[in-house]
Amino acid sequence: MLQRLRASRDRWLGLVLIAPTLLLLTALLLVPLILVVITSFGSRSPDGNVIYTFSFENYLRLVGITAEGFDPLYVEILWRSVWLAVQTTTLVIVIAFPLAYFVARAPARWRNLFLFLILVPLWTNFVIRIYAWIMILRNQGVLNSLLGWAASLVGLPFQPLDLYPSAGAVLVGMIYEFLPFMILPIYTSLEKIDDSLFEAAADLGANAVRTFLRVTLPLALPGIVAGTILVFIPVMGTFIVSDILGGRQVILVGNLIQRQFLDARDAAFGSAASIILMALTLVVTVFYTRRFGFGEEIVKA
Amino acid sequence: MPEFAVELRDVSKRFPAPSGEIVNAVRNVSLQIRDGEFFSMLGPSGCGKTTSLRMIAGFELPTEGDIFIHDKPMGQTAPYQRPVNTVFQNYALFPHMTIGENVGFGLEMKGVDKAQRLTRVRQALEMVRLPGYEARRPRQMSGGQQQRVALARALVNHPEVLLLDEPLGALDLKLRKEMQLELKRLQREVGITFIYVTHDQEEALTMSDRIAVMSGGRVLQVGPAFEIYERPNCRFVADFIGESNFLEGTVREVQQRTATVELAGGLLAYAESDLALTNGQAVTVTVRPEKIGLRPYEGAQNVYPGRVEDIVYIGTDTHYTVLLAGDQRLRVREQNEDPYSRPLASPGDAVTIYFDRAAARVLLD
Repeated sequence: MLQRLRASRDRWLGLVLIAPTLLLLTALLLVPLILVVITSFGSRSPDGNVIYTFSFENYLRLVGITAEGFDPLYVEILWRSVWLAVQTTTLVIVIAFPLAYFVARAPARWRNLFLFLILVPLWTNFVIRIYAWIMILRNQGVLNSLLGWAASLVGLPFQPLDLYPSAGAVLVGMIYEFLPFMILPIYTSLEKIDDSLFEAAADLGANAVRTFLRVTLPLALPGIVAGTILVFIPVMGTFIVSDILGGRQVILVGNLIQRQFLDARDAAFGSAASIILMALTLVVTVFYTRRFGFGEEIVKA
Repeated sequence: MPEFAVELRDVSKRFPAPSGEIVNAVRNVSLQIRDGEFFSMLGPSGCGKTTSLRMIAGFELPTEGDIFIHDKPMGQTAPYQRPVNTVFQNYALFPHMTIGENVGFGLEMKGVDKAQRLTRVRQALEMVRLPGYEARRPRQMSGGQQQRVALARALVNHPEVLLLDEPLGALDLKLRKEMQLELKRLQREVGITFIYVTHDQEEALTMSDRIAVMSGGRVLQVGPAFEIYERPNCRFVADFIGESNFLEGTVREVQQRTATVELAGGLLAYAESDLALTNGQAVTVTVRPEKIGLRPYEGAQNVYPGRVEDIVYIGTDTHYTVLLAGDQRLRVREQNEDPYSRPLASPGDAVTIYFDRAAARVLLD
């Protein structure tokens, strides 16, 4: 009897303690999400307000089905966003892995300095850092000046490269922006690998390449998975990088949503695009983690 | 077939320490390890034994000298191309692979086909008494079991030499004793040369055909357990292996293999020696506590009066600390043959101690 009383008291205590968090999450996450879902089935009134109906029209428009036939505009935007996110994530892995490996294998007293240097750029505002890339990539920018100078040294004619604004500039900006979020989890995985495992692999006849493929890479996988989730999801949704470096040429889902809410004042269509973005991100993430897991099995070991 | 499985010729290894100074980890070591031998490298930590082993494996390259495996100079040969396998101190099993994949890794690297690989993995696991554990993961196994897997993973490749780096260090005493016998059995079964690194003298004495005692990067003495224990060639070996008494003195006379050494307090000690000694030379006489008696016996050349200072009863034996003339102390060990383990003397008693000329040895340092 006493025990049951105590158990029920403990349960109440637990609920009371978790209540602030639950309330906060409900108010700031669940309620807005439900509102977005409801709005997405509505439509725009001529003065830019939302008319609450129950229509799939917004979704049909997004997948290209209109009264006038197939319109690929939004499908292209969605596809471009997914493709850019895949490209960014892949390239970020390729660049981050050697860096993380270098830091993890560096002498212990250097490691903290290197990690610090990786994090330093994050102290500067996100938008300012992206603007800095304009300085580098534009026609009279740092890169073209350097190339022009190099060309003049060897006496070649030089035509400034049209680097900005472009889709390539957006990709470069995305990679730059999200690199630290890939380096850190990969570093954490690599740093945990005991040196004796590499020696054991070598001892058992594996050369450097096979050691990398059979030991280093599988043991770094949890970090790659975590980094991929940290990079892929924000890249899918961000609109600042494409806005600044794409020069309004490169329109991603993020830009689409932003414009629907601000310029076009069509909150209903913007909501539908948001839901589609969420669904797409979720599908890709679930598919990805089903394939590679979260790596928790290795983390436990 | 070459006579030696592994040969170290004048091998030295120097490292830059993190502080910047140069550490001489191994100094001019020459060793010849016979084929099929259970060879131990024994010494305290920092004596260079592990560095020597790592140089044989190829994880480190000698600064000077060369290593030969079955007469082939190893030079810069990478670890994965050497005909040796290593059992690591912390086992170093791959956490992301099953036991079967771990044990089969070496065969897979050699390109052995899958069917044959599975058979050999099964046999190897049977050999270390872990049959049917293929599907497990390393973290699901105890330390002792992981140790056996590490052994199987190395032995399955039929290396020319198996290198073991303190493989039993992490196990508890009982398991360690079991594994010592198991290792010895395995070595006899497979007939592979084992090179075993340990700081545990009992482990080395129990298992080895021959032992190299190392200190400060040098090999001090190489020989079978018996020789190392009974005829240590220096004070360090006598002290590190078992327990010893050391008496400082001066050589007075040398006749054939018997040296007469005058100890402090004017006592004369008769000791065996193969060394070229000169009269007046300062030497140390060493004698093991169990070879000294408190009971008189016929023919003991060294007979000294003394006083019992301290008695320690340790079950099978009783240890007596006896103070001799010249303020020298000797530890004497007597077996407790008496049914009631009554001590032969009490603290403060005047006693006479006896030991044989052959039990005492002259050391130069």
